[in-house]
Amino acid sequence: MSNAKPKVAFYWCASCGGCEESIVDLAEDILKVVAAVDIVFWPVALDFKKKDVEAMPDGSIAVSFINGAIRLSEQEEMVKMLRRKSGLVVAHGSCAHMGGIPGLGNFWNKETIFRRAYHTTPSTDNPDKVVPLEKTVYDGKELTLPSFFDTVYSLDQVIDVDYYLPGCAPPRDLILNAVTAILEGKLPPKGSVLSPNKSECDTCDRNKTKPEKLSIKEIKRTWEIILDPEKCFLAQGVICMGPATRDGCGHRCINGNMPCRGCFGPTDQVYDQGAKFLSALASILDTNDEKEMDRIVQSIVDPAGTFYRFSLPKSLLGRKRMETIK
Amino acid sequence: MSNATFEPRLVGFLCNWCSYTGADLAGTARMTYAPNVRIIRVMCSGRVDPQFVLKAFKEGADGVLISGCHLGDCHYKEGNYKALRRYKLLSKMLEQFGIEKERFRLEWVSAAEGIKFQQVCNEFTEQVRKMGPLNLSPNGGQHE
Ligand code: SF4
Ligand code: SF4
Ligand code: FES
Repeated sequence: MSNAKPKVAFYWCASCGGCEESIVDLAEDILKVVAAVDIVFWPVALDFKKKDVEAMPDGSIAVSFINGAIRLSEQEEMVKMLRRKSGLVVAHGSCAHMGGIPGLGNFWNKETIFRRAYHTTPSTDNPDKVVPLEKTVYDGKELTLPSFFDTVYSLDQVIDVDYYLPGCAPPRDLILNAVTAILEGKLPPKGSVLSPNKSECDTCDRNKTKPEKLSIKEIKRTWEIILDPEKCFLAQGVICMGPATRDGCGHRCINGNMPCRGCFGPTDQVYDQGAKFLSALASILDTNDEKEMDRIVQSIVDPAGTFYRFSLPKSLLGRKRMETIK
Repeated sequence: MSNATFEPRLVGFLCNWCSYTGADLAGTARMTYAPNVRIIRVMCSGRVDPQFVLKAFKEGADGVLISGCHLGDCHYKEGNYKALRRYKLLSKMLEQFGIEKERFRLEWVSAAEGIKFQQVCNEFTEQVRKMGPLNLSPNGGQHE
């Protein structure tokens, strides 16, 4: 056993596939990874089955990289199994880390999501009003589907997580650093987010264009103005989550002349990214006049969805109050 | 639980320089008022991080009060203007979470306004009593 390569698993839950792509995008570097490890489970690319994993002894997988949020009972079952089988679990990407985009479903519940998806979207043609059921008897046989939760969870709300690789999707250098650190056993303390603990603004080129005291009189959405390619977005009155977001992405959005949406989550000092950003934004609204304040606040169309775009399940409140959902 | 017997749990963040002194005055003057507001003293209403408010709701508060010096009187000049801007944006956001704006209140109470503090506590308690318990699950989004 001593010469055996470490076993690695990849798994996906409620995700878009982008995180799988981020592994494939390692390009030739993936070959080095493949040479150094033994991939024992990777549903998107390799033909191993659940029973193959079940048959492995507990703790025999060195590390499982799990992407996606937890929305279905099947995902819960799979990640609990992978947790038992693995020495380390890495939450790969924003959805596993904080719930991500699927986590915005926490402004709704199962009933309202099903109603929308299976009955009321303009493109739905469902005269018999069929909805997926957990049990269906057809031709004398019982068919089952996983249950769909009212609430979307981040990975660490369901199993113990050792490390977090942030980002939608995590960039290649961070993935490679993580894999190298694991292979060499040079790991930071358990629970670390594997990206620098400073804010996006800290390393942003546009930071130097930020005036001494930022002051916003008007909030504008990206399509309402021609975006200056060099000036700080906040100084242009455009919401940029940079101040409340962890560094390490290489400023992908900002370099594409789009403000940061916050996919890396907060730094270690902050628990609730949305509240922190709200605090920062409210502080720089440049008025002491109540009517003006009301007008500017009015112009922020969807504060909760904007400030918690990637982190709603992991936020302090976690979801919308169930009894207020209609 | 009927709303008549329901005792709202309220958390109040009071600034040290005006509102806390105002509350103290209500106390030393032996005014009677609803005991539902659990007071937390902060240096300034501008020190109240929105995370404090969310945490209070998450941990079981049915309502949250922030109270500071009157506009223009803040010991740190503009802290209460900052509090006011945050309050407006946070109220809007709380409604998106299903937390009604009547459960979140901002008041200006000076060091001399013991009576106003008494009124605010009584009114807020009755208002939240009418609304009933907030019933946020204490573990928020945590999976059972
Ligand atoms: S707010 Fe956005 S654009 Fe401005 S410095 Fe920070 S990350 Fe850069
Ligand atoms: S700029 Fe912001 S949203 Fe874009 S990749 Fe970086 S952290 Fe994510
Ligand atoms: S010190 Fe009272 S509000 Fe700032």
